[in-house]
Amino acid sequence: MPAAFKSLVQWLVYGVLVVLAGGLILLGKADAVLVERVRLQVGDAVVPILERLSQPVDGVAAGLDRVGRWTDVTEENARLREERDRLLRWQSAARRLEAENAGLRQLLNFVPEPGATYRAARVVADSTGAFAQSVLVNAGTAAGVEKGQIVLTGEGLAGRIVGVSQRSARVLLLTDLNSRVPVFVGTSRVRAILAGDNSGRPKLVHVVPGEPITVGDTVVTSGIAGGFPPGLPVGVVGSVEDQRITVVPNVDRDRLEYVRLADYDDPLANRPTAHNELPGPPKAVPSSPGQATGAR
Amino acid sequence: MKRTVWRRLDTVARQMVPCALTFLLLLTGAVPLHAQALQAVAPSLPLIAVFYWTLYRPDLMPAVCVFFIGLLQDVLCGLPLGVGAGVLVCVHAAVDTQRAFFIGKSFGVVWLGFAVVAGIALLLQWLIVCAWYGTLVTPEKSLFQALTTIGTFPLVSWVLLRCQLSLLEQA
Repeated sequence: MPAAFKSLVQWLVYGVLVVLAGGLILLGKADAVLVERVRLQVGDAVVPILERLSQPVDGVAAGLDRVGRWTDVTEENARLREERDRLLRWQSAARRLEAENAGLRQLLNFVPEPGATYRAARVVADSTGAFAQSVLVNAGTAAGVEKGQIVLTGEGLAGRIVGVSQRSARVLLLTDLNSRVPVFVGTSRVRAILAGDNSGRPKLVHVVPGEPITVGDTVVTSGIAGGFPPGLPVGVVGSVEDQRITVVPNVDRDRLEYVRLADYDDPLANRPTAHNELPGPPKAVPSSPGQATGAR
Repeated sequence: MKRTVWRRLDTVARQMVPCALTFLLLLTGAVPLHAQALQAVAPSLPLIAVFYWTLYRPDLMPAVCVFFIGLLQDVLCGLPLGVGAGVLVCVHAAVDTQRAFFIGKSFGVVWLGFAVVAGIALLLQWLIVCAWYGTLVTPEKSLFQALTTIGTFPLVSWVLLRCQLSLLEQA
């Protein structure tokens, strides 16, 4: 009898726990904000442990990387020399274009983009799996991190902050199922939305049919809708098949160790819109140089 | 008198070993590996630990503890909250009811049993996530995760066995 009673209690516990789990799943669907807050609070609590745990792993990864680099140091040297030559050419081109751009902006009375402030953070937990592509960084509200900030690496856009607690923040990567980034593709600046699908290669959706997109086209943020500032490098087009265009992100997920969190003043608030601030064609060219400098 | 207090503390500490080890394995799995391909198909270590302890020391791995470990897994792995918890509780229930069958069997049989349980658990997890997002999430990664989880079972359970022998069975 006691054994039967014990087993009944055990089954009751299972029932309650499964119902509780089901309730949480539904709650996550109904009140995503609350669940995200709980998630971040728990994340906050384990970040110190994860920081400790990730240090030796980072050390081993760095060590292996160093050994790997020793073995092909001559090759790499040659490659770097070549790259330096190429970059020097680009540098002169960029200087020329920068000067030209500045001149043209002045001529058009262009409202400049708001500047950004940066903060660096270390990736302490990686929840890349079959179902999600996000990482936890060790900077939170205490360090001035806010929801919606842009996450960058040297190579370009990595994602954005979707939740912050005091000591940690969750970064939704470009490749996550829930990630949508408005982008321009190629030199013809075709508008599209970069949609993650949990694979390493996010796809372009809502592309205007018939627009020319070829493999190797660069993909940059368009800044449309205001979530992301315009012009951040995102990746290159990796493959084009009928309806499916995939993008290879510039950011190397395997080397995501330190990231920069960029705080752009709300890009939408300060940017000219088509209706009001943008100078219309008739008055686009300022009549006097004083007017042009006043806008900057 | 003093000694009995210490002894009791020692016993309590030892009894916490299964849950603590499972917690540690869970955190280990969340550490960034700097290899995305690996990370995506990394074995589900808590699943192995829950299976092992439920089978060999169910008294030290209560269902409530399993539930909270699953919840923490959801938080760290970015799953919808409750999915991992529900699946792990189901695993606990399945293993607990089949204990009599597994105890005393060879390791091969246990491994096979784990393969079946892990396969069903990860399939269930995949189905719930698909339903939650309302879209078909690519199944390949779940499949690979199931394979790596089954593949690493002998190694992880050997480590857990060592811990069990050295920390739990001597007292």
